[in-house]
Amino acid sequence: MNPSLTQQLSPGFALIDIRGLRKRFGDNEVLKGVDLQIARKEVVCIIGKSGSGKSTLLRCLNGLEAYQDGSVMVDGQLVRPDDRNALRELRQNVGMIFQNFNLFPHLSAGQNVMLAPRLVQKTSSAEAERHARKLLTRVGLGERFDAFPDQLSGGQQQRVAIARSLAMNPQVLLCDEITSALDPELVGEVLQVVEGLAKEGMTLTMVTHEMAFARRVSDRVIFMHQGLVHESGDPETLFSNPQTPELRRFLSMES
Amino acid sequence: MFEFTLWDIARNLLLAMRWTIGLSLIAFIGGGLVGALLVVLRLTGNRFVRVLVMLYVQLFQGTPLLLQLFLVYFGLSMFGIETTPLVAASVCLTLYASAYLTEIWRGGIESIERGQWEASSSLALSFSEQMRYVILPQAVRVGIAPTVGFMVQVVKATALTSVIGFVEMTRAGQIITNATFQPFFIYGSVALMYFALCFPLSWYSRVLEQKLRR
Amino acid sequence: MTLDFSVLFKQWPLLLDGMLLTIFLTLFSAVFGTLLGIACGLIRSKGPKWARWTVGLYVELIRNTPFIIQLFFIFFGLPGLGLKMTALTAAILANVINLGAYVSEIARSGIEATPDGQIEAAQSLALDRWQVFTRVVLPPALKRVWPTLVGQMVIIMLGSAVCSQISTEELTYAANQIASTSFRNFETYIVVAALYLLLAVALRRLLNWVGPRFIFGR
Repeated sequence: MNPSLTQQLSPGFALIDIRGLRKRFGDNEVLKGVDLQIARKEVVCIIGKSGSGKSTLLRCLNGLEAYQDGSVMVDGQLVRPDDRNALRELRQNVGMIFQNFNLFPHLSAGQNVMLAPRLVQKTSSAEAERHARKLLTRVGLGERFDAFPDQLSGGQQQRVAIARSLAMNPQVLLCDEITSALDPELVGEVLQVVEGLAKEGMTLTMVTHEMAFARRVSDRVIFMHQGLVHESGDPETLFSNPQTPELRRFLSMES
Repeated sequence: MFEFTLWDIARNLLLAMRWTIGLSLIAFIGGGLVGALLVVLRLTGNRFVRVLVMLYVQLFQGTPLLLQLFLVYFGLSMFGIETTPLVAASVCLTLYASAYLTEIWRGGIESIERGQWEASSSLALSFSEQMRYVILPQAVRVGIAPTVGFMVQVVKATALTSVIGFVEMTRAGQIITNATFQPFFIYGSVALMYFALCFPLSWYSRVLEQKLRR
Repeated sequence: MTLDFSVLFKQWPLLLDGMLLTIFLTLFSAVFGTLLGIACGLIRSKGPKWARWTVGLYVELIRNTPFIIQLFFIFFGLPGLGLKMTALTAAILANVINLGAYVSEIARSGIEATPDGQIEAAQSLALDRWQVFTRVVLPPALKRVWPTLVGQMVIIMLGSAVCSQISTEELTYAANQIASTSFRNFETYIVVAALYLLLAVALRRLLNWVGPRFIFGR
């Protein structure tokens, strides 16, 4: 794919612009030519069977996975997985929240949130702490600033992880099945935080199994099947009137 | 000035190597026997015996081997026992090896989960039957890699016996160096000879460790 | 057979000096040996093939040869190449090189046990490679291997007794001096062995306090 061709289209319109993305793991081609544009402030949920390539697609957006063909542009910049400095720039704009939280066990909740702003954005300790306290309060964990991850429940850890990503003031948040590892009763508190972010205008790209949530909160739902975008559309239409048999089959399994 | 040929040097070192190997075997076999005995004592004895064994292990693991050699050497002669460096070295290294081996083997046995003990005693096996047919076979599998690894420590430990006068490879190296004034070459060669003895054991220990993990 | 410990009470300054040098030797070597070991462990884990091979050679050579030979090689052998040094320098050098090889393997296992997710999270926060290693990988890795690492420090301290053989004036050297002048060998070595035991306990306590306090928190 010719990068200069894609730049002729107005780069500011689509915050995330994926064209013809192909990704292989060894002999196994996981993404077979994905095309997807996501606008600023748009909330997009990606659904599909395991193995359909959803997580891989997400991970290509912040350079955790390299791709073989096609292009990924974020805010007009091409994502170059082999350019370490470019990736660092990118990751200050694109935050990621993981299924397994990945909080740093040797740091308290507050320290987890403060770490990257201090090291990467060179924020002063005092300012970083102030900002961290504000963010933790925003996710409902203001009094848990000094708690360590092993003292927090799964839901609380995930909310700290969200605060940690927000501390970098990203333009986009990527959420990779962020409630899949949680006990059912803890899912709600996390989704509540995410819904709040969506209402405040954060651009969200979420891989999720929470169909009710996707239906209620997202602007658009993408159904992936065998490495391609199979169906795409607004949640109401997609869920109540699936066009393809694959999506129908998927939805009947999920309900 | 007496000229030494390369062959003279090599021959002397190789002859000394026999003593290194011999002492290593004495220490390992003797230490193994004493160590096994201590494990049994630790498993079957009363609290007093168990504490005693623990102190024994702490003593040998918490003091320098060099001092242990001095103590055995001078201690034995204090008790009126005729000590040659070989005897003192053998006694000391045997006790030293026994302390470490008993810990390694105790660790191996304790790593066998309680369920194995419970299941086998529920089948009315006696203690020695439990050990022989259920626990030890599994413990041996776990313990063999660190045991082989410890053999490397024993070979290296023999080098210190040079200090109490036992003529093994290190002492031979010192003697030859004093005669030829080529410490770089001599000590370098001695190092390589120890390496030739130890590296295969280290390698084998790693192989065993990987086999265990599978 | 009568035991007479009085000579040791009289010679306590000598013992104290020896102890202080042993402590100095141990701590100094511990710091630099650990730094060397962590660097080598990192290279062996993530470095290019030629570097991994070179460090591997160093590690295997040290771990498969006796410390006393390494010491003799450095103190007696290196001057032949024009590198003369004092006994203390040779002792420190030998300890650092020796400890580095063992810490290399200990650190490597700690580093390699880092869950991928930790590294990915740190990368996703735009930390650079050095920051990821020092802030996210290393502290939990050290915590993981701390007991083994502390054990290795005790081994180094006990091994420093061997340095008496090149006339480094540490505790065992002091013991030898007292024993040879007083002919009270057994009593001297018993007391000094007890002193080493105390030092070993103290060292463990110290390191188990330093670790959580300064290096890896809690």
